[in-house]
Amino acid sequence: MVPVVIDFQTHPDRYRHWRLRFEDRVARLDMDVDPDGGLGSDYELKLNSYDLSVDIELADAVQRLRFEHPEVGAVVIGSLKERVFCAGANIGMLASASHPLKVNFCKFTNETRSSIEDATKYSGQRYISAINGTAAGGGYELALATDYIMLIDDGSASVALPEVPLLAVLPGTGGLTRLVDKRFVRRDRADVFCTVEEGIKGARALDWNLVDELVSGSAFEEEVVERAAEMAAASDRPNDVDGVELTELERRFGDDQIEYSDVTVEIDRAAKVATITVNGPDEPAPTDAAAAASLGADFWPLRLARELDDAILHLRNNELGVGTFLLHSRGSLEAVVEYDRFLGAHSEDWFVREVLLMWKRVLKRVDLTSRTVITLVEPNSCFGGFLAELVLASDRGYMFEGTLEGEEATATLFLTESNTGPLPMSNDLTRLETRFWGDGAGLERALKAVGATLTADQAYEAALVTEIFDEIDWDDELRMIIEERSSFSPDALTGMEANLRFAGPETLETKIFGRLTAWQNWVFQRPNASGETGALRRYGTGLRPDYDTRRV
Amino acid sequence: MTSQLVDYDSLIPNNVGLADDPKLRRALEAWHPGYIDWWMSMGPEGFQVADVYLRTAISVEKDGWAKFEFVKMPEYRWGILLAPPIEGRTIPCGEHYGEPAWQEVPGPYRAMLRRLIVIQGDTEPASVEQQRHLGSVAPSLYDMRNLFQVNVEEGRHLWAMVYLLQKYFGRDGREEAHELLQRQSGSDERPRMLGAFNEETPDWLSFFMFTYFTDRDGKMQLEALAQSGFDPLSRTCRFMLAEEAHHMFVGYTGVARIVQRTCEAMNEAGIEDPYDAEAVRALGVIDLPTIQRKTNLHFSLTLDLFGSEESTNAANFFNAGIKGRYHEDRLDDDHRLVSDTYPVTKLVSGLLRPVEVPALNGLNARLRDDFIDDCQGGVTRWNRSIAGSGIEFEIRLPHVAFNRAIGEFTDIDVSPTGKVLTREDWKAHRDGWLPTSDDKTFVETLMQLEVRPGRFAGWISPPTKGIQNQPEDFLYVRLP
Repeated sequence: MVPVVIDFQTHPDRYRHWRLRFEDRVARLDMDVDPDGGLGSDYELKLNSYDLSVDIELADAVQRLRFEHPEVGAVVIGSLKERVFCAGANIGMLASASHPLKVNFCKFTNETRSSIEDATKYSGQRYISAINGTAAGGGYELALATDYIMLIDDGSASVALPEVPLLAVLPGTGGLTRLVDKRFVRRDRADVFCTVEEGIKGARALDWNLVDELVSGSAFEEEVVERAAEMAAASDRPNDVDGVELTELERRFGDDQIEYSDVTVEIDRAAKVATITVNGPDEPAPTDAAAAASLGADFWPLRLARELDDAILHLRNNELGVGTFLLHSRGSLEAVVEYDRFLGAHSEDWFVREVLLMWKRVLKRVDLTSRTVITLVEPNSCFGGFLAELVLASDRGYMFEGTLEGEEATATLFLTESNTGPLPMSNDLTRLETRFWGDGAGLERALKAVGATLTADQAYEAALVTEIFDEIDWDDELRMIIEERSSFSPDALTGMEANLRFAGPETLETKIFGRLTAWQNWVFQRPNASGETGALRRYGTGLRPDYDTRRV
Repeated sequence: MTSQLVDYDSLIPNNVGLADDPKLRRALEAWHPGYIDWWMSMGPEGFQVADVYLRTAISVEKDGWAKFEFVKMPEYRWGILLAPPIEGRTIPCGEHYGEPAWQEVPGPYRAMLRRLIVIQGDTEPASVEQQRHLGSVAPSLYDMRNLFQVNVEEGRHLWAMVYLLQKYFGRDGREEAHELLQRQSGSDERPRMLGAFNEETPDWLSFFMFTYFTDRDGKMQLEALAQSGFDPLSRTCRFMLAEEAHHMFVGYTGVARIVQRTCEAMNEAGIEDPYDAEAVRALGVIDLPTIQRKTNLHFSLTLDLFGSEESTNAANFFNAGIKGRYHEDRLDDDHRLVSDTYPVTKLVSGLLRPVEVPALNGLNARLRDDFIDDCQGGVTRWNRSIAGSGIEFEIRLPHVAFNRAIGEFTDIDVSPTGKVLTREDWKAHRDGWLPTSDDKTFVETLMQLEVRPGRFAGWISPPTKGIQNQPEDFLYVRLP
């Protein structure tokens, strides 16, 4: 069997499941899932139920709205299906999917939900859900990710999280957490809500704060348009500039490599390693924000972010055997720092702001990737400013000390203000703050290193890298570290890394991802959900699932 | 056949391409001064400026591994010599059986291999430290020279292990190499890693017992490591084994000469009862029961060095292919042992009897059993010498469960013949089985320096022949 390669690149022209239209400063993103358009052939995406193919289009739409539509200040997520908003993740897909596919599916959908919240909060693009019928499971969770939930009051439309009573799994895209942590639904009510298969409708849904507004059937469309227009009017996004088109990525897939313009991925399946090299800029940084926008998708930081994001998604979903990412960079550190300064200086501009926000999301994607990430800072590498975040995002960082024989270049690292604020992790702390959690002196020492070209010694002294090795040790040490890593249990590594990466307080996001990993992925493995007589397999057969009744 | 390029000109005889390996050279250069400091402060006390007739290995060829010349010990040419590679050598055991032997450290086994090498390396300087005071009470120049030969070779064996650490284990390896010079035998702060190497070697009887029994554990460990799938370790150990044989020769002949002298003296004095310790000791020789008690002690302490009879570590080492069995390459089985068993003596319902355990977990016991077989030969020859002089006495190796502090028998009291005892019984008999403070005091009274050429202390016979067939009065050590 030839494994299906999952591609995360798409375009509105090719959407099978969503319709995007624009009304002045409001975007209408309507779900109209093609039942036969899923990735798998053994399930039908009925009633706007979704699989990864639906979510890839949603993620693409959210991304394009930010870049291609500076004028859009509000986005309404609706449905083109009669009396159905969205039935959530497709049960047939969940029942037949392999465990890694389920896990990757849930992770990606969660990242997309987080990006919707991020757009609302930081991009001036507020999301509204217009629930015209049943919003069940993942359907209601999608609504929970929006900032304002409007529910049609037609006597039958309801919101529901029926996973526990119906499927013996959990709402997997943050539903439980968002109920109590975002919408502040009282815990006992939330408990009741999550065990009522048919969900809650009308006045009670409003009373329990499951929705923000109840609208009668006849006024629904009108009210939605009005609310969206009000919100769009309050946006700080410019109404008078052109968007930046997210053009097709340049990429070439080989058997064991992928070539992008600024990213190269080399895959060594035997060693279980992917070597990812990011390239610095070829051109100097533009002089003003308009010049950056006119470069469009070729503006180096944007192009690099999109390519790196695509590479990570590709590896995550299509190269399950690759356990370690080795991150290299190549280029002029000065040029990178120049770009970084440019981004910092123009962060008020809508486009530059989007580029920075994109980098924030890509870096979070790295944080949330269940692969060992090792960054190598070598002579001619260019980890500066936002690129230096890759060093801080990795499980271990190694830096080359001294020079290569016969060459002059040394490895250097450069921190900027980009490392002290604009690119926080899911825990809302910078990677430096997380790294030095509980170590104020350490953080202060690292902050003092901001703005200076750091040699290996200095970077090690500032505790920014794990170890420094000179030419004599470099190859051997790395070989052994990688070989040793590859010999450990991938499951144990995933768990260990996820535990160590997110020091500090919990946030909505860390809870969602942490609990997804700990609870949902556990429940997915249990026979009560996925066994022959478990709820996922028995769903739709008329037979009741047969549970092992022992509590664990 | 690979040619062995030995750098004769350099300070360090080697066949590892030291001259062309800047990484290794730099690491060794950093380590070397610390080693010399260690040798000066912890090596043979009082004889650092003496010229000693020593054997130096300068190559691995037949005529190169034993060059005899007078040398001051601190100027000894400690070299790095590996046995010649065996073309096409494969991993001799475990799950990688039959795959090409590793020429680089396999990453997944890095920590395991390093631990093995560090433990082996730690024993080498330890024995030098344990023996550092013995020169001043040597019974002859011949024996003094043998002691120093053993010492410099233990030093060279340390170099061999340090070479592996520095060449193959990067920074961690260099740190471990440094640590090997920091720990000290018997130190409260930083003792050596294994118990027996923190015991003192207070007298020459102890030294001979140590070289006979404890160095033989070293031999067995080297034999097992010579069967490693990590080829540089295998080659290093194969070369070390050639030198280790000399140490055991020193131990075997040392005890044999003591036994011979005791028997002669008893015959001359007409004493027939070997247990009449007072009469025998009055002759200025060591009574045979004392030799038996020392045998009991050193043998049982050495058994502890093999580790627990049932061991997960041993199973892991073998299965990983980094440590084989004694003569693994000559054994005729599947070399994986996954479904085999091995009989290990255990206490079952109050009796010591063999119990079949998974063969992988029983590998320490197996190596120990091979060791016991290997020990028996010399003991038999000592007894032949006793019998030849008409005295009724036999030196016996005690039971494996006797006087053990590690493994199956830690918590039980067992007689030398293998009878399980009550604590009271043990206490009542202990002084008959293990050296007493009286024994120690007596042996110490015999320890007098004898440095006149051709003369030997009264408690030990001269050897049957000299080193390199030198005459009996040869000046093996030229004192300043």
